[in-house]
Amino acid sequence: MNFEFSEEHEDLRRTVRQFLENESNETAVREMMAEENGFSREVWARLSEELGLAGLIIEEKHGGAGFGMVELAIVMEEMGRVLLCAPFLSSAVLATSAIELGADASIQADLLPQIASGEKTATLAFSEAGDPWNLGKIEMTAAANGDAFKLSGQKTFVLDGRSANIILVAAKVGSELTLLQVDEDAAGLTRESLPPLDPTRKLATLRFDHTPAKRIASVDVRGALEQSIQRTITALAAEQLGGAQRCLDMAVDYAKSRLQFGRPIGSYQAIKHQCADLLVEVELARSAAYAAAFSADDKGADIAAAMAKSFCSETYAKAAKRNIQIHGGMGFTWEHPAHLYLKRAKASEIIFGSPSLHREKVARSVGISAA
Amino acid sequence: MTETEVRERVRSLLQKIHPDDPGATAVDFRGVQFDHGLAFASYPEGLGGLGLSPKMQSIVNDELQQNAKTFYENLAINPIGIGMGAPVLLTYGKDEGKREMLRRIFTGEDIWCQLFSEPSAGSDVAGLSSRAVRNGDDWVVNGQKVWTTLAHVSKWGMLVTRTDPDVPKHDGLSYFLLDMESPGVECRPLYQITGEAEFNEVFLNDVRIPHSRMLGEEGQGWRVAITTLMNERSALGGGASRKGGGPVSLLLKLLQESKVSRSKVEQALLEDRITRLYIRAEMLRLTTLRARATQRSGNPGPEGSVGKVAQSELYQQVWETCIDVLGEDGLIYELGYELRRPGDITSLRSGNDDDETRRLQAKYQLLRSQANTIEGGTSEIMRNILGERVLGLPGEPRVDKNIAWKDVPRG
Ligand SMILES: Cc1cc2nc3c(=O)[nH]c(=O)nc-3n(C[C@H](O)[C@H](O)[C@H](O)COP(=O)(O)OP(=O)(O)OC[C@H]3O[C@@H](n4cnc5c(N)ncnc54)[C@H](O)[C@@H]3O)c2cc1C
Repeated sequence: MNFEFSEEHEDLRRTVRQFLENESNETAVREMMAEENGFSREVWARLSEELGLAGLIIEEKHGGAGFGMVELAIVMEEMGRVLLCAPFLSSAVLATSAIELGADASIQADLLPQIASGEKTATLAFSEAGDPWNLGKIEMTAAANGDAFKLSGQKTFVLDGRSANIILVAAKVGSELTLLQVDEDAAGLTRESLPPLDPTRKLATLRFDHTPAKRIASVDVRGALEQSIQRTITALAAEQLGGAQRCLDMAVDYAKSRLQFGRPIGSYQAIKHQCADLLVEVELARSAAYAAAFSADDKGADIAAAMAKSFCSETYAKAAKRNIQIHGGMGFTWEHPAHLYLKRAKASEIIFGSPSLHREKVARSVGISAA
Repeated sequence: MTETEVRERVRSLLQKIHPDDPGATAVDFRGVQFDHGLAFASYPEGLGGLGLSPKMQSIVNDELQQNAKTFYENLAINPIGIGMGAPVLLTYGKDEGKREMLRRIFTGEDIWCQLFSEPSAGSDVAGLSSRAVRNGDDWVVNGQKVWTTLAHVSKWGMLVTRTDPDVPKHDGLSYFLLDMESPGVECRPLYQITGEAEFNEVFLNDVRIPHSRMLGEEGQGWRVAITTLMNERSALGGGASRKGGGPVSLLLKLLQESKVSRSKVEQALLEDRITRLYIRAEMLRLTTLRARATQRSGNPGPEGSVGKVAQSELYQQVWETCIDVLGEDGLIYELGYELRRPGDITSLRSGNDDDETRRLQAKYQLLRSQANTIEGGTSEIMRNILGERVLGLPGEPRVDKNIAWKDVPRG
């Protein structure tokens, strides 16, 4: 396994970090999270035009930067560090992958440049209540009417579902799973924001009532969507790593500066050892996230992604909770950013499946549990 | 040298001498491996290496494992010599004799031991009380060491002792290579919870060591000791080298062989516990690879303590889970507690080939692994190091730092 980041990788990290430190500081995060759509179109435009992030993994022929999973992991780690409020995961990762891997070539040529330029954002609506992360449990069926289709029913936990300009829906046509596109202002479409545990990432329920839709994939997309979700999970694990590291940094900084009983609280072993434990967890999580990214095209990438999602989720939650405790009463205030990390940690632990769901996958693949 | 060239060099070594050849002993084979610069790939040419990046050694080992059934696991052959003696010798050793000593460490002809801990100085090893006094060209040492692994079969001991009691504790230490066959060195076995005595009490009575065997300068022994300890910790946190290797693979086999009847829920709980351990072991393995990929060369830093804490605590849980998998069979300890005196530590550390060995190993390791969080620095000390040296948190108020060692209270 190769773990070495190149000079170019380090440059990318530096550039992204610098941009985010200016554009996604705490004040900006708090402003954005209070908005219903949760992000600034202006920052999104700059992040797309100046840094090419909206099209980071889109091929160059479609106006993107043509990067792979390692670059994606670097960018996500940096975004996670500052809790960037933006439809990056939904548009630049999940929906982009679904189009790239599942949609017909003409559709790719039409949609991907619009996403890459930052002019439009996209999302993929696939989850249905009950078993939301299981593509096998999708029941919504597109009714055919000649070449046109109509959708009825409900998709939920849709990432940035209220703000997305390009709405992709995974639904069945006969026994096949396919992708359809719905216009923002299509008849019979209602988009309702969900009150999120994590105010820095918006979720919506989308209701369809005989809503006209265009089929954009002529073959079954089950495999393509599985692959897209795998990419998303790999990217999310890197985001979780960035958040966890930031919690550790905050805890350590505070432990150095807060004095009680005449000395820094970090000089007490009860606090010092908690920080040391977090360091160990974060280093293991770093290996998990990087390994999943570096091996994303190899055999066993699904298991590497599952391990990363389960390990990084739990590490992030631990780090976020510890950080609150180490800050004492201050850590419990709205004013202090510690709670924002806890909320992001828990929410990102739940989306795309809990740690135990991913462990089950690992258990079956290595023969701990019956396949 | 590229990876391909390294692999080619290993294959040309195997054409000269092959470990599967019954005529070639471990000493023969490893001697030639050393002469090819494939013993410690990062060491300079002529000293068992080729001046490559440290991660190339895993390429060498991989190529050896792919092309031969017999693989001599470094740390099993001479754990202290290879894990600590060699890097210390490389960094601080005097030129004459260095090559021959390194070679004999690698072949296992000279076993090494570490004479650091004393009855009153364990975690606080810099507070030790054994004394060396200069006498002509020699130093004369008196004192007692304890928990000295493999002292009874060792040729060389890495000795830290006090040469100046009138300065603060870290400043009055010197480091020597002690020939364990010198007059006045006496080893007595210490009986351990496993029934073995792999470690010893070592008594030093008027032992003479030539001044030329001092490593580093007089009073600089602590620096050399730190190099030793960091290498020890990184060796102890090395993780399994292969995916699915190490104790977790044994746990999985025991699970597959288990005939214990369990309810569905109990089985599911056990499987989740095991899956967590499996994932953690894999993360540890990857962390070791990552550390190696980023470590340019030279001696490991305090980050090595990450692997040490994580591995020692993980392996304890793995072995304990093995016993849970065995169920009532875990009540029986076939090895018994009759004092055994292993000449090396390989006897029960490995072997995964048949279910009998696996069961015995699990039972033995349940007990042996309790030492993992003590030897080489306790988990508490590791967490202090991670907190203070890696994260930069302030130290505890110290009562012993700026006063002469002789005035520090001890007990
Ligand atoms: C199997 C085995 C092999 C060994 N082999 C060798 C060897 O070859 N050579 C050698 O020199 N030594 C060897 N050792 C010794 C080992 O390094 C020491 O046992 C170890 O450093 C702990 O010292 P101690 O036993 O004196 O315990 P102590 O230092 O007395 O520790 C007792 C307890 O107090 C805790 N403690 C101590 N100081 C602090 C602190 N500052 N903060 C918080 N907690 C603290 C410890 O963590 C521990 O829980 C070996 C030990 C074992 C078990």
